[in-house]
Amino acid sequence: MKFALKILKDFPAYLWSGWGAIASILLFIALWDMGNQIYGNLVLPSPLETFSTLAAMLGDESVIAEIKTTLYRASIGFGISLVVGTTFGLLAGFFATASIMSRPIVTILVGMPPIAWIVLAMIWFGMGDETVIFTVIVASFPIIFVGSLQGTRTLDGDLKEMAESFKLPWHMKFFDVYFPHIFSYVFPAWVSGLGMAWKIVVMAELLATSDGIGASLAVARSQLDTPTALALVVIMISSLMFVEYIILEPIKREVELWRS
Amino acid sequence: MEKLEVKSLNHHFGFTEILRDINFTLNKGQVLSVVGPSGGGKTTLLHLCAGLLDVEEGSATNTFTSSSFAFQDARLLPWKNVIDNIALGLLASGEKKSVAIEKSKKIALEFGLEEDDFDKFPKDLSGGMRQRVSFARALVVKPSLLFLDEPFSALDIGLKKELQSILIDMISKKEISILFITHDLMEAIRLSDEILLLKADPGHIVKKFSYELPQKQRDDEYVYAQSAKILQDREIITTFELEIK
Repeated sequence: MKFALKILKDFPAYLWSGWGAIASILLFIALWDMGNQIYGNLVLPSPLETFSTLAAMLGDESVIAEIKTTLYRASIGFGISLVVGTTFGLLAGFFATASIMSRPIVTILVGMPPIAWIVLAMIWFGMGDETVIFTVIVASFPIIFVGSLQGTRTLDGDLKEMAESFKLPWHMKFFDVYFPHIFSYVFPAWVSGLGMAWKIVVMAELLATSDGIGASLAVARSQLDTPTALALVVIMISSLMFVEYIILEPIKREVELWRS
Repeated sequence: MEKLEVKSLNHHFGFTEILRDINFTLNKGQVLSVVGPSGGGKTTLLHLCAGLLDVEEGSATNTFTSSSFAFQDARLLPWKNVIDNIALGLLASGEKKSVAIEKSKKIALEFGLEEDDFDKFPKDLSGGMRQRVSFARALVVKPSLLFLDEPFSALDIGLKKELQSILIDMISKKEISILFITHDLMEAIRLSDEILLLKADPGHIVKKFSYELPQKQRDDEYVYAQSAKILQDREIITTFELEIK
């Protein structure tokens, strides 16, 4: 509770520090507009056109429904990865054999290109929610798994001994000694897992479904509707930026204040 | 009567014999030092006495009502500030949070920390400050037995003296008993009632030295004189391999 209040208290200062970021985004948009002036509207629509298309789309019920579909798939997939990946990672971290055995499997999972998973999932599950959710899980699971595995593997033996010498009860050992350390590994893994899930969900939709942002992107491509395609990209990127910079980053700063 | 009694204690790590037939008794209010060269099994002995390692052969019976441990390095929790680190032992023993914080603040001031430091994380403290915090954490619980694992070895002379005089105060009031591990003979002579000499490979006790003069009355001269005397001892010379080969 105290912690949440501290995050809120520091939030305005954090936002104020964002001017640099805004300046660089505006610079990027300026470059984009230059690109439009050189290559023309079909290849690269101007930022103005893109944003007005975006505004029109956001007023459209059916587009909102597509966004909701994608959000649903991404959050189910990411949620499962988060719970399963964290739990298994922690368990594997506590047993040397399990962590050694899981390494090659993780390498296989990470090394396998997501596009190959999509093909397999399409064969296994057909065209629909399951395929997309499965691909999201497979892509974000290993990242989260490895994060929490590292967290438990790297627990400091000296601190454990110290905790032992003060006869800390189990709940204090967990919350005061193990948890902060593990969390400092798991949390960044969650953030990168989320980024991965958001990218993969669109890719899987583009290939395997007839609804969602990915499918809309496929339709825009077939109709050579570049403004809509770019507007969809803007939706994806801005939602990811919102989650990452407005929600997760302030938490991360507070959580990792003790790090040197 | 509270005491720590070690009887025919042996210890192995795998096939390596670390300790052989260790016997001693530490009574309430007493300071017992174990000196010997590094790698001689001193820390293992301390961990066995403190219950951080399981005793395999022989026995180490600790009837002291409470104990705490100060390590060679500070071992503070990096994600907790100074006060929360000091309060750790108190909270573990079931003290109320507000009382624990109050006591921690008080002892922190006694140990030369300032109010500005209270909210700092260990990363923002100097090595000496961290060791102060570690000492405060060990002593705030008012242990009747204190385990010290070379806690002075990384400190400058001033801080070393300061922390030692805090201990000597407590010793002269008979508030505390100490099992002290060190390789520094002068430190041992300044603080101890009894010194056990632990020879390595495997660790066994070869000699015992006793000092009657109360710790408060031991001045530098006394410590230097006793150190000079003990350094002539045949066993000390062979144990620390002081002879130049």
